[in-house]
Formats: sequence, structure tokens, C-alpha cells
Amino acid sequence: MSIQVRNVSHIYSKGLPDEQLALDNINFDIYDGEVVGIIGHTGSGKSTLLQHLNGLLKPDEGTIIIGDVDITKAGVSMRDIRRRVGLVFQYPEYQLFEETVALDVAFGPKNLGLRQDEIDDRVREALELVGLDYEEVKDRSPFDLSGGQKRRVAIAGVIAMKPQVLILDEPTAGLDPGAHKEIMQMIGEVHHTENNIIIFVSHNMADVAELSDKVMVMDRGKMITVGTPAEVFTRRNRLAAIGLDVPPVTEMMYELKDRGVEVSTNVLNLKDAEEELYRYLRGKKAK
Amino acid sequence: MKSIIKIENLIFEYMGEEDQEPVKAINNISLDIEEGSFTAIIGQNGSGKSTLAKNLNGLLLPSGGTIYVNGWDTKDDEHIWDVRQTAGMVFQNPDNQLVSSIVEDDVAFGPENLGVEPALIRKRVDEALESVNMGEYKRKAPHLLSGGQKQRIAIAGVVAMRPKCIIFDEPTAMLDPRGRNDIMDIIKELHEEGITVVLITHFMDEAVRAERVIILNKGTVLLDGTPEEVFKEHELIRSVNLDVPMAVELGARLRSRGIHIPEEVVTIEEMVEFVCQYK
Repeated sequence: MSIQVRNVSHIYSKGLPDEQLALDNINFDIYDGEVVGIIGHTGSGKSTLLQHLNGLLKPDEGTIIIGDVDITKAGVSMRDIRRRVGLVFQYPEYQLFEETVALDVAFGPKNLGLRQDEIDDRVREALELVGLDYEEVKDRSPFDLSGGQKRRVAIAGVIAMKPQVLILDEPTAGLDPGAHKEIMQMIGEVHHTENNIIIFVSHNMADVAELSDKVMVMDRGKMITVGTPAEVFTRRNRLAAIGLDVPPVTEMMYELKDRGVEVSTNVLNLKDAEEELYRYLRGKKAK
Repeated sequence: MKSIIKIENLIFEYMGEEDQEPVKAINNISLDIEEGSFTAIIGQNGSGKSTLAKNLNGLLLPSGGTIYVNGWDTKDDEHIWDVRQTAGMVFQNPDNQLVSSIVEDDVAFGPENLGVEPALIRKRVDEALESVNMGEYKRKAPHLLSGGQKQRIAIAGVVAMRPKCIIFDEPTAMLDPRGRNDIMDIIKELHEEGITVVLITHFMDEAVRAERVIILNKGTVLLDGTPEEVFKEHELIRSVNLDVPMAVELGARLRSRGIHIPEEVVTIEEMVEFVCQYK
């Protein structure tokens, strides 16, 4: 399973005065089992790109091949695409609607036309996978749960369709630190179990650095850079020019370096920073 | 210093599920907020921080105890508008706070309702929009703005009512990092202009920018002091499932390995300053 995106462009309001080139000749590959973080300023085209990957939007030019299917071809079954590619929108908990958690999660699999016992199995599995106790939550109203739990139920609804590609648009937006951490762990867990491709958009650079195998940087509809977190986040000035930051801990190392302290800026998390500062400060005396 | 908000033995209860005992969201809190101060209130979801915020300007009324805003009891119907005019409030979701289809009309909504003279409204709206750096957007439609810009309009709407105090209830929770920074800068500026700021947040790195930090846990005050005093207690803070600011965490880890980093180092800037002495 892999994704090939070739020369994809998308124009909003084509032919109207407010015509806008939302995606400008995008090219990239994603390989089996990769976790990909997409970063970019608000309005850079991230969400538009995600909506192309599961066929919600069609490109004006270019092709998107998922596995062996060109999803941009006329006549491709949308149901087939959605079965392969699950998209979790921003604030997905706003889309919960059923009377019970189990019914809500079952909605997707039911629409796939699965048998009832298969549906039940998938609902149980998906809820356990997002870290909820099936027996405890299945008969509760999704609206009685906490914010973090609601979001997990909404994500379970997509996971229950067993997508080979799971896409999440800002999965931790608006959560408190506890729930934030839980959702991050959950994404890692889902990836570990399903070994699927995971693509997520985030403004939290620390999360992107920690979770991604590959980081894609977008600006004004263009794909500016694709690389490992270490490659992308060592280009602090380039990122700053398009309104993006490096992770806070990386920024701190850059500030030290700017002040003439001889430390490495090749630091992506707290553990790296701890080691680097330990190395630098050990045995030193204040001047 | 004169206190602008005085909280005396506040209790706030709400009814849980049927047939159950009422739940105490706030359980006997007493606090004074000084005029002109900048206080951050942090706590997990369910710690009572938003309930406390809504009690501060009479959106919720105490089940027990009393809150005085500028001397007025929030339970006193006669003065509820004085209370709300003294202590304005900015909420989490900017989309729920904008009422008009033109930015300047939206900002004028508050002063109009206060019965301010039209000429004076014009002046106040312009000043309020300038104070959030949105002057050039005054004739735009709010729905075409970004989340951070919309939140700035919501703040201008409160500023135009000339409150002495503004309570911000997680104002950056739904914003991207740039929007979040803009809002924090504006909050800081408003404070420097003399407005009392109460900031409810769950971001530790925002809380360290305040003069005073209060940590709530299960409806009571866990810690209350300057950022340095409060974040010294990082083990206690972690024990109630809260994070500590990055610099505090890093300092604690290095201390445990024998590097002497003072516990007063709570912000990134302070950490950078500290390390720079060793160059």
C-alpha cells in the first residue's frame, strides 16, 4: 500500500473573481506503514490536500494513486475509496449523533454493508483500540462523555471501517494537556496495531517531531519541503519565513546558539535537550 | 493594593445525575484579586476553573459564600450590570461571541447597550480596534477572518465597554500558534495599560507570563503564588496530572543529574539567561 500524488492542482471558485489556487502542482509519495505529519500556516492548503486524499475533492489537474487505484479517474467508486482511506475531521466530536456510543461507532461499518456480528466485533475492537472500555461506554450517550472521550469515540467510528490510510486533521486541537497526551499515545497505539499509513495535520511542532517518520511542509498551496523531522526542523529560518516555528525545545537551543553558546540545535525533544545541556554544563563554572 | 474582586468562601454546586448528591464544582475558595494585577488560573478539566470564571461576573451565582466585584455583591440584581461592566469576559470560541456582520458594528454592540452617546461610541470602537491591532479590518465581515483575528475582535468588543477587569476563559484554546501568540501579546498590553487580567488557561507556558499563578484541583486552591513560587512545587503539580512549563521540567531533570539550576528558572528566557552565564 502506498500513495502517489502527481502534479495535483486545485482551484477554488474557478472562473469567479475570488478564484484561488489552493493546491499548486503538488507531488509526493507515502510508503507502507509511514506516519506523516503535515505542517503549514492557516490557509496553506493542508485541509484541501487531505480532502483530496479520500476523494471529497477532485483535483483540477493531476493524479492521486492509492494502492493500485487512481482515485481521480471518472467512475471510481467513492465507497471503495472511503473504505481504504478514513478521514477524521477537525473537532470530530461535533459529528457524533447517535443515542449510544456503540451505535455511533457502528454507523460507518453498517454503511459498508457488513454482517451484524462483524459490525459488533469491529465496534468492540475500535473502542478498545482508542483506549475506551467497551462494556463501560457502549450503552452510554456519547454526549455525556468528556471532551477527550468524545473525540476518541469519533475516531473509533473511522477506525471501525479499517482504513488502510487513516487521516486526522488536527487531532489534538482544543484539548487540555491530559487529553492531548492521551490522543497522541492513542495515535501511536493505533499505528502500532493496524500498521496502516497515518497522515495528520498539526500546529503542534513538538507532536509532529515526536510522531512523524516524514514531515511535509506546505505554504500557499505549494509543497515546500518533505523530509524527516530532523531534516525539516533544522531549517528554522526557512520555516520562520513562512510563519512556522520549530518545536519549543528546538527554539530554545537556537536562542542559546544565537547568544554564542556552543550547543547543538539538532534537538527535537526534551530528552535531547537534557542530554545536550548536561553535556555543555557538566563541570562548568559560572563566569 | 485595593482588591477589585473579592471571593469569600465560594461554593458552587450543580446537580449531577438524577437522585444523586449535588456535585461541588467549587468547594470553599477565598481569593482577592488586586486591581491592576495579572493572574493566571490553571487546572485540569473538571478542576472548577471555568466555573470560577463564570462566577466572577455573575454569569453563575454562588451556591454558598459571596463574590464582590468592585464592592458589588454579584447576587445583587440591582447591580448586575455594574458587575458585568466592571468585569468583562472573553470566551474560548470566537465564533460564539460575534453578533454582527461587520467588525465595527460588532465592537459597538456593548457600548450601545450601555447607552453610550453615538459620537463617543465611534471613538471607543476605533480605540478598541486599535488596541487589538485590527483597525484596518473595521469594515470587514467577521466570518472572513481567521480564528485569531476573530478572537481579537471579541476582545475589542469587551475593551470598548471600558471594563476595569477582563476575565479570559481559555481564549487561545482553539487558535493556531501564531493566533495564540498574538492574543497573549494583547493580553499583556492590556495589563500594562492598567486593566486587571484574569487568565484561565491550561497552557503552562502562558501561565508563566502572569504575575500570579493559582492552580485549582477538584474545586479547591492547590497552589497560589508567583510563577517561581508555584512551579517550584513541580512534583505536587505533576501528582494532580498537570504538566509543568518546559523550562521547569528541564531544570528538574538536570538538577537530578547534579547540575545546579536554580528553582527560580521557570521560563525559557530565564533558562537561556542562566545557561549563558557559562559561556
